[in-house]
Amino acid sequence: MGELQTKERVLSIQNLIIKFKLRGQVLTAIRDISLDLYKGECLAIVGESGSGKSVLVKSIMGLLDKNGYIDQGQILYQNMDLAQFTTEKDWLKIRGKEIAMVTQDPMTSLNPLKTIGKQIEECVVLHQGLKGKSAYEETLKLLRDVGIHDVEKRYKQYPHEFSGGMRQRIVIAIAIACNPKILICDEPTTALDVTIQAQILQLLTNLQKKYGLTTIFITHDLGVVAKVADCIAVMYAGDIIEVGKTEEVFFDGKHPYTWALISSLPQLGTKGDQLYSIKGTPPNLFKEVKGDAFAPRNQFALEIDFVERPPFFKVSETHYARTWLLDPRAPKVELPKALQAFFEEGRRLANEK
Amino acid sequence: MKNREVLLEVKNLKVEFGKGKSKFTAIDDVSFEIYKGETFGLVGESGSGKTTIGRAIMRLNEVTDGQILFHGKPINGKISKDWEREIIQKIQMIFQDPMASLNERAKVDYIISEGLINTKKYKNEKEREEKVRKALLAVGLLPEFASRFPHEFSGGQRQRIGIARSLVMEPEFIIADEPISALDVSIRAQVLNLLSSLQESNNLTYLFIAHDLSIVRFITDRTAVIYKGNIVELAETEKLFNNPLHPYTRALLSAVPEPNPFKERAKVVEIYDPSQHDYDRNPPSFVEVEEGHFVLANEEETARYREKISLGVS
Repeated sequence: MGELQTKERVLSIQNLIIKFKLRGQVLTAIRDISLDLYKGECLAIVGESGSGKSVLVKSIMGLLDKNGYIDQGQILYQNMDLAQFTTEKDWLKIRGKEIAMVTQDPMTSLNPLKTIGKQIEECVVLHQGLKGKSAYEETLKLLRDVGIHDVEKRYKQYPHEFSGGMRQRIVIAIAIACNPKILICDEPTTALDVTIQAQILQLLTNLQKKYGLTTIFITHDLGVVAKVADCIAVMYAGDIIEVGKTEEVFFDGKHPYTWALISSLPQLGTKGDQLYSIKGTPPNLFKEVKGDAFAPRNQFALEIDFVERPPFFKVSETHYARTWLLDPRAPKVELPKALQAFFEEGRRLANEK
Repeated sequence: MKNREVLLEVKNLKVEFGKGKSKFTAIDDVSFEIYKGETFGLVGESGSGKTTIGRAIMRLNEVTDGQILFHGKPINGKISKDWEREIIQKIQMIFQDPMASLNERAKVDYIISEGLINTKKYKNEKEREEKVRKALLAVGLLPEFASRFPHEFSGGQRQRIGIARSLVMEPEFIIADEPISALDVSIRAQVLNLLSSLQESNNLTYLFIAHDLSIVRFITDRTAVIYKGNIVELAETEKLFNNPLHPYTRALLSAVPEPNPFKERAKVVEIYDPSQHDYDRNPPSFVEVEEGHFVLANEEETARYREKISLGVS
């Protein structure tokens, strides 16, 4: 795999299948996913709600709900297979110390009864083994790192005394307090205002460099993806349907679902006209999905899309897509005008670089 | 633009909450007009007061000072019973969260017709059912859905029910308070398209309250930017996005992540610092710097903005 082979692989997910038992039925939330994560890169997982992006990262942290289980596959991290972990004791070696998480809503993820200083210090004591004065000093340093001023005073304050953006900074401080190798950000800015969002994204990018973090970013906002991601994995109905470098997926996307996601951006719409919208709804995951899950909503669907699941076709060394349209026998399709223009603009900007 | 009919006019609106020491001014001296048939966007951060303006128009928040006129007649403060009944029907609202805004214990049929029942806007049961049926069809749902409960529907469908509930009253003016921010990306486009086709077919006027600027740019004709209870800039949407003058507008626009990795990474995010204004010595007013383009600025700033426009740079 050329360029990528020189990079160190941190996490490798292989043929993962995750199922949930629900009211006597079985739901397949993740359908045979394979994904590699390389050191220092920022991977964005994109998809609509219910596509399984949160389930995927929860399985990496051992946080699946009780009725969920890994049916098949491996999650390889440092010679360990996380898919085999069963007890909390196993997971405590990984959670926080190796892999940490920043969740979506900073309003609910902090303990309202403890000062924020104590909440950060708890992690410092537990994961870095510091005590007393040195733990306190480390906590203040973390607070400074996430851009909080007047740290001695702020240390003694409770979550309700902070705004949403500030709370998210504290959640981030707790996550990096454990010195993790991998940081998972699950929609970290969805609940925030745009101006605050810009600051938090900048902060995360800076911290990634400073601490040498590998990041997984879950989001449905393609603008956020454009800002932070090195690589993108597009998910649909529990499957990764396209994976590649950010520019490749944005400007040379191959899967019709990727096209549909980009086309429905208001930026690509013409005022006064109808905005491109994806017809129908995602498939019912209680039933077995046959062929390409997106086929019923796909205007470019071929007959085979309803019968056989497409394999990953290679577009470049780093870019793969699961669509029969890439098969040499497939007919050529004409993309919508707005999308063509978007792709062309991207290629032009790439050349200028 | 000048000769268009004004449907709603907000004049020097002021809304305060609390009394004495804990008094908080949510809206301070806000004025704007909404023309018939247009979509007027109101953007700002959380806490800026955009929802308070919407609620004041709906008569849900009391107005401390100023006037709100609908068809030239005041609708705030004490008004006659007949006029109140009329505006309750003519001005409707679509809420942000379709998961929270529908009565879980009522069937869709009742949810949609509750307004009709309250205003007795039908002669017999048959007419009411017919109205519900029409409203459901108009938002792309099946008439059979009337006998179901809200929990049987997805977020997008629930928002359609919310829209049907306001449509059934045959309104002229709809306040849409973040109608799509709780929805998924692929569903957003569907609901946006629905809102614009309904606008055409039912001759509606929208006040579109949102914080997602890319959507505001797509759907609105004119946009007002609100910051801490003051409108800082108001212009035709394209003009505002192409040539933002007020530093807060510029900061807000620059903060919106653009779905294009090359442009997004090359972009400089501006930060708004309110202390840059010299408003203690030289207080600002809401001035028209070019036709239809209003900015909150003092004399010195106005001169600077006008020069910028004449040079044609942003």
